[in-house]
Amino acid sequence: MPTTSDESLIAAIAQGDRPAMEALFARYRIPVFRFLMRMVRNETTAEDLSSDVFLDVWRQAGTFEGRSAVSTWIFSIARYKALNALSRRSTEELDDEKADTIPDQADDPEIALAKKDKAAVLRQCLLKLSVEHREIVNLVYYQHKSVEEVAGIVGIPEATVKTRMFYARKKLSELLTEQGIERGWP
Amino acid sequence: MTNANKATPGEPSEVELLLPWYAAGTLDPNEMKEIEAALANDPELASRYEWVRSELAEETAIGDAVGEPSSADIKTLFAKIDAMPARRSQTASGLSERIAEFLASLSPRTLGWSAMAAALAIVLQAAVLGGIAFHEKTPGSYQTASVPSAAPGDGSYVLIRFTPQATAEDISTFLEANDLSIVSGPSGGQLYQVRVAPKKLPDDELPRVMRRLQKDKVVGFIAAMP
Repeated sequence: MPTTSDESLIAAIAQGDRPAMEALFARYRIPVFRFLMRMVRNETTAEDLSSDVFLDVWRQAGTFEGRSAVSTWIFSIARYKALNALSRRSTEELDDEKADTIPDQADDPEIALAKKDKAAVLRQCLLKLSVEHREIVNLVYYQHKSVEEVAGIVGIPEATVKTRMFYARKKLSELLTEQGIERGWP
Repeated sequence: MTNANKATPGEPSEVELLLPWYAAGTLDPNEMKEIEAALANDPELASRYEWVRSELAEETAIGDAVGEPSSADIKTLFAKIDAMPARRSQTASGLSERIAEFLASLSPRTLGWSAMAAALAIVLQAAVLGGIAFHEKTPGSYQTASVPSAAPGDGSYVLIRFTPQATAEDISTFLEANDLSIVSGPSGGQLYQVRVAPKKLPDDELPRVMRRLQKDKVVGFIAAMP
């Protein structure tokens, strides 16, 4: 069980305390990696970015002023790294990735069955969301970030956080409708 | 929030906007109560909330399916740190505690889970309850999302978030009374994977079990695990 606060660990890291870095890394390596995977959809890239995120934490711990929670700070670094990595990808790579996320239209019995499974279709639709939408969906549903925390991570006002989540859900509805599932508004 | 509850035509209400955070349990207690009341009085809203719950469950499944980074990631990180100009190193006070924390973050898969699953479930459940007891004594302390997520085997599983008011004793009693086992969690926050039956239940049986469990005061949120 964690007994040292994130803030205390950051203060120690700022002084070059390696065990403190190990402890903070242990605490956040999995959620950060999973967030990065959701963003960049590539395990090697996500692992590289993850170590870059914690390297930045090591470098910049001394500049952390505590205006937000440590977790908000770490996730905002991760988000920045992920968006940079995505912007560096070639159109070709993105096309390949897009193709990977689109289910084969050939209706073999297994796919036909999956299409009937509402949960499986919903999951496929979640995977098809844009970067902007899947980051907020992941932060809210998986990382359990509050409105305020998401605003801090993404760098937008709280009101925008709420409407962005709403439009992400609306897009999800549209994708579900395309798959033959009508769930109403949004 | 109250004044903004009414939606203008074509616009979602504040309550509707906040449903995802209500499902995730990340609103303040007053907002939680307001939305709870709105859901109780508005069947259409309640029906929309069912979709929110499904979205949360599926996003959780997506996140958990990702797995974990390579166990060599810490070596990679410290190799990069070592390549940087030297910094002053501090004492290693609390090192054993921190190493224990790192080991605790490794998944059962990493540790060779098949041989340890049964023992781990017991230890993890004890750790979860211990953590809840610890949390009661330290208000405001941060709870991580790094408790390992075990890959469930045969059986039927649900995701449960316990209410903030539930004590370790309440939860222990609830688990024992219903013959439940926590297999992992919290996953990405406050959700625990809980085994409700040692074998896969029929499709119509699981919702019935969930409705029964939902009635218990310790259960804040429950959803079927995909």
